[in-house]
Amino acid sequence: MVSATSLLAATTAEPTFDTGDTAWVLASAALVLLMTPGLAFFYGGMVRVKSALNMIMMSFVTIGIISVLWVLYGYSVAFGNNGNGFWGGTDFLGLGELVNDPITLNGAPYAIPGLAFAMFQLMFAIITPALISGAIADRAKFLGWGVFVVLWGSLVYFPVAHWVFDFGGATADGAGWLAARGVMDFAGGTAVHINAGAAGLALAIVLGRRKGWPASPFKPHNLPLVLLGAGLLWFGWFGFNAGSALGANGVAALAFTNTQVATATAVLGWLLVEKLRDGHATSLGAASGAVAGLVAITPACAFLVPWSAVVLGLLAGAVCALAVGLKFRFGFDDSLDVVGVHLVGGIVGCLFLGFFATQRSGYATADGLFYGGGWHQLGVQALSAFSVLGYSLVLAFVIGFAINKTIGFRISEEDEESGIDLLEHAETGYDLTPTGSGAFRPGPAHVTTKTDEGVPA
Amino acid sequence: MKLITAVIKPHKLDEVKAALEAFGVQGMTVSEASGYGRQRGHTEVYRGAEYTVDLVPKVRVEIIVDDTDVVDVVDVVVKSAQTGRIGDGKVWTTPIDDVVRVRTGEHGADAI
Repeated sequence: MVSATSLLAATTAEPTFDTGDTAWVLASAALVLLMTPGLAFFYGGMVRVKSALNMIMMSFVTIGIISVLWVLYGYSVAFGNNGNGFWGGTDFLGLGELVNDPITLNGAPYAIPGLAFAMFQLMFAIITPALISGAIADRAKFLGWGVFVVLWGSLVYFPVAHWVFDFGGATADGAGWLAARGVMDFAGGTAVHINAGAAGLALAIVLGRRKGWPASPFKPHNLPLVLLGAGLLWFGWFGFNAGSALGANGVAALAFTNTQVATATAVLGWLLVEKLRDGHATSLGAASGAVAGLVAITPACAFLVPWSAVVLGLLAGAVCALAVGLKFRFGFDDSLDVVGVHLVGGIVGCLFLGFFATQRSGYATADGLFYGGGWHQLGVQALSAFSVLGYSLVLAFVIGFAINKTIGFRISEEDEESGIDLLEHAETGYDLTPTGSGAFRPGPAHVTTKTDEGVPA
Repeated sequence: MKLITAVIKPHKLDEVKAALEAFGVQGMTVSEASGYGRQRGHTEVYRGAEYTVDLVPKVRVEIIVDDTDVVDVVDVVVKSAQTGRIGDGKVWTTPIDDVVRVRTGEHGADAI
């Protein structure tokens, strides 16, 4: 039995955890973690052979970096209770205070351990910077990327998660300034997707175009890998969205349903645009449409009735399919379309709520324009979308610029030509030749592992 | 002795191989190649961006034959690789000085 804490003393003498809710949130956390390797494959298949490993590694190292920061101070900055509207404060540094505590959000206690919530939110903090990596494929120094993840996570993601996701403690004090204004963002349309998309745009500008872009083709080297990654993202996203209910309940079921239908229709929307415009429905289009739908439904999944999720999915798929062409018009090399999919998709989902949110969904706190709620909610949604966009864009630009001017953020033209995998990781992604590309082990002088007789092991 | 080199459409390889075996050719070397002739390439579309791919996948077949068989073997290859459509490929011959069978050390026509 867990002992009562000061936080909950007023409401319950002996808080108990709901085993079903706790199991669902822990399982959801694991599902959301899987999204980052899924993203790594989704991105990795889209780049050329010579940079596939680096693309995947940018995601994997983000899992490492953010997990450490989150325990030390990230969770406290995002969800602490002694801060203000702009950051959470210091009371959860090191997660020590959280070990036996249930969490309280929006003045109401949830029957899950604080640590379950902290781990669930950690996975969001991991995938958000990982999303940005798609904008700078083939050309970012690995150390520069690592430093960027530390700084952007600390200065942008952790505070912005507080703005949007933290509804305050027992008395709803210390809530994020956007949460306090009633923004509807169930699982992270603003904090995750608009945030990452804006940062991607900034970095694409700071690092500049890849050599040869846009004249020479940068064909995806492995489309089955892209589809596998998209499938893993889709699967994990049920944890992302339905898990955000923080309980095994009706809200989770609604979020689950809306996630499925919006993603399905976004696939169709994207393919329809391609078929009409280019003459072919492509597999890359199907994978991209799925991700666009998942992005758009993320903020909206608990605030819509399912038929309007159908509309949102179609809209997001079609709009994002058109938006990925923007980079050619404006000349920024957002290599894997972080802007076209995540920024645009996030904005579509966020603003859509201003029109279609309805209290009939059982969880929305206000109605959108089409349900008689007037313009108010649309205004709040727009304020949230564009303040997160602006903050992330400016900070990412400044951080990226500073890294580029100090330790350097971009590899040399020659290394870009021969491939970033060899330069940064001393590996090649695929070796399908019978001769192993002539690979051999270095002689005994270089061998560190030896048997007792001094013969290389 | 002559080296016959044929660059053909990949899906015609099985037919060419069968026809050569039926004729009595004892061996060949096959490798994947890419290139273009009058056929040029094709267009691929990724997220709405069109790319012209001008190097088309081909298969290169190499056969060493005795001088007396050259005309017939070239004929067999051409007939079995032909579809009549653009992009069927090319066949050419090159004179060679000597051939050695690695296992036995035999030279010339005996090594074919």
